Amino acid sequence: MILNFVNAFFSDHAHWTGYDGIPTRVGEHVGYTLLALALAAAIGLPVGLLTGHYGRGGNALSLIATAGRALPTFGLLVLMTLLLGFGLVNVMIPLVVLAVPPILVTTYEAMRSVDPSPVDAARGMGMSEAGILFRVELPVALPLILSGLRSAAIQIVSTATIAAYVSLGGLGRYIVDGLYQRNYEKVIGGASCVAVLALATLALFWAVARVAVSPGVRRSA
Amino acid sequence: MFGALIRIDSVTKRYPDGTVAVDRLSLEIPDRSITVLVGPSGCGKTTTLRMINRMVEPSEGTILIDGKDITQQPVNTLRRSMGYVIQNAGLFQHRTIVDNIATVPRMLGWGKEKARERARELMGRVGLDASLAKRYPYQLSGGQQQRVGVARALAADPPVLLMDEPFSAVDPIVRKGLQDELLRIQDELGKTIVFVTHDIDEAVKLGTMVAVMRTGGKLAQFAPPAELLSDPADAFVEDFLGADRGIRRLSFFPSSGLELLTSPIVAVDSTAEQIAARATEDVPYLLVTDLEGRPLGWGEPDELTAGEIAPERLLPYGRPFTAGSGTLRAALDCAVLSPTGWAVAVDGDGRATGVVSQQTIAEAIRGAHAEGRTDAKAAR
Ligand SMILES: Nc1ncnc2c1ncn2[C@@H]1O[C@H](COP(=O)(O)OP(=O)(O)O)[C@@H](O)[C@H]1O
Ligand SMILES: [Mg+2]
Repeated sequence: MILNFVNAFFSDHAHWTGYDGIPTRVGEHVGYTLLALALAAAIGLPVGLLTGHYGRGGNALSLIATAGRALPTFGLLVLMTLLLGFGLVNVMIPLVVLAVPPILVTTYEAMRSVDPSPVDAARGMGMSEAGILFRVELPVALPLILSGLRSAAIQIVSTATIAAYVSLGGLGRYIVDGLYQRNYEKVIGGASCVAVLALATLALFWAVARVAVSPGVRRSA
Repeated sequence: MFGALIRIDSVTKRYPDGTVAVDRLSLEIPDRSITVLVGPSGCGKTTTLRMINRMVEPSEGTILIDGKDITQQPVNTLRRSMGYVIQNAGLFQHRTIVDNIATVPRMLGWGKEKARERARELMGRVGLDASLAKRYPYQLSGGQQQRVGVARALAADPPVLLMDEPFSAVDPIVRKGLQDELLRIQDELGKTIVFVTHDIDEAVKLGTMVAVMRTGGKLAQFAPPAELLSDPADAFVEDFLGADRGIRRLSFFPSSGLELLTSPIVAVDSTAEQIAARATEDVPYLLVTDLEGRPLGWGEPDELTAGEIAPERLLPYGRPFTAGSGTLRAALDCAVLSPTGWAVAVDGDGRATGVVSQQTIAEAIRGAHAEGRTDAKAAR
């Protein structure tokens, strides 16, 4: 039944072209995801790296993170729309709020969990604090940091469907429109696209970790 | 570049929580030699060491290197002029061995290839096989990792080497190898080494000078190891040195003065006349050697039958000592281990060069002690 819907959705040629075609919608969805992830990382990574390196502000961080997690994403979207009207910013704010906590908290934890002896050795041999952060701690913390980015990315991919509620594009379009039109083939087709995108995200992060994480860290972790 | 003289001038360290870790410590650390800081856990050794590279800032007092206050230069310049080795090696797990060792040269602006070449050279120096260069730290044993730590500290040829319990986490056999290697490297390089340990045997073995510290960060005694063993300053030092300091002190006396007897040695193929000629009143046993002169064991003259000496029926000879380089301690140990009470001296190839009795060794010890006392007096 569901598979029939999926099959019908993807074999319909009309679904592969035009402004409502799968490539366009996937492109929009990926665009929202990348933008939201970039913004969240721009906030979460530096704060997480610095607090983790200096070992301060852990309590404040977990407080912010818990508060961030407790905020309902959809409610935030509605609130933003009421306050600001329709637009991309309204969508980005809830997505970023959703994504910052996992990035921030995991980055902080990753930095804190780095073995202190190499850091001590590095400082003792006259390495600068920035050198210690980027060349001693970060390479070792990287697998965990990437896992934080990965969960944030997956959450954004599945939640970016909300963009459709404020008349924007993305894969949410199929779901929102399909529900409205009672076209379940479209709903399920859209949902499958989101699932595939989430899997692709996992694969991408796996590949990035393969390339970016030193074999010395991968094996000893 | 050679080692530098380090002067610690009434330095006190009070931590923010009020702990006085080091209390008005003054110490003149001679250049180009190993100075060991030793004492029970928590007596302020690490704090003292870390004040030298300013990982800890003194609350009072100054530290001078070659007459210059260490606060007179940028802290990272100071640290790059000192090697730093810590207990768990603290290797960078994401870097290969060769890149770990090349860290400081790279920081000093050397090119990648030049730094790696230097790193490979140091691997040889600390006894690491070149095939390990491309490995990662997790692929090395604890002892090998510690060697990498030493090589990394030596990479930029710093005049000073600070070592904080570098060999404490490895098993005794590996530790002995690392200690011997350090002494050998020091013979070649002549660095000023400050070495922290809680192990008095390690301190006595490695130190040219040993500073014994007591809880509360006070200096109990600062002396060469032989003097420490012969004249402990007080009950604390004596207690810390342990029970058999008399025996251990014998490691500082050479066995070269011992008069060796060569007459009670017979080869395994000796004739009856030869055996009879060697058997004398004052030597109750004969040492039988193989045809190359290596000791096989002791036998009583009347039980040795020419042509039929069975090596497995001889008495064991214990562990022989090396005639030239061995110490009185080794000779005594050998005599005590031997069931006959006689020690066997061998040359570098393991060939017996003579035998010596417990009595002769005891006389040599008495002589050495008498000499030691006059030396100590002369030094004062
Ligand atoms: N950062 C610190 N803050 C407070 N007390 C410290 C600190 N570091 C060390 N101490 C205390 O100072 C004393 C000396 O410590 P340390 O120099 O590490 O001794 P050791 O290396 O001889 O074991 C100990 O009582 C220890 O608890
Ligand atoms: Mg210590």
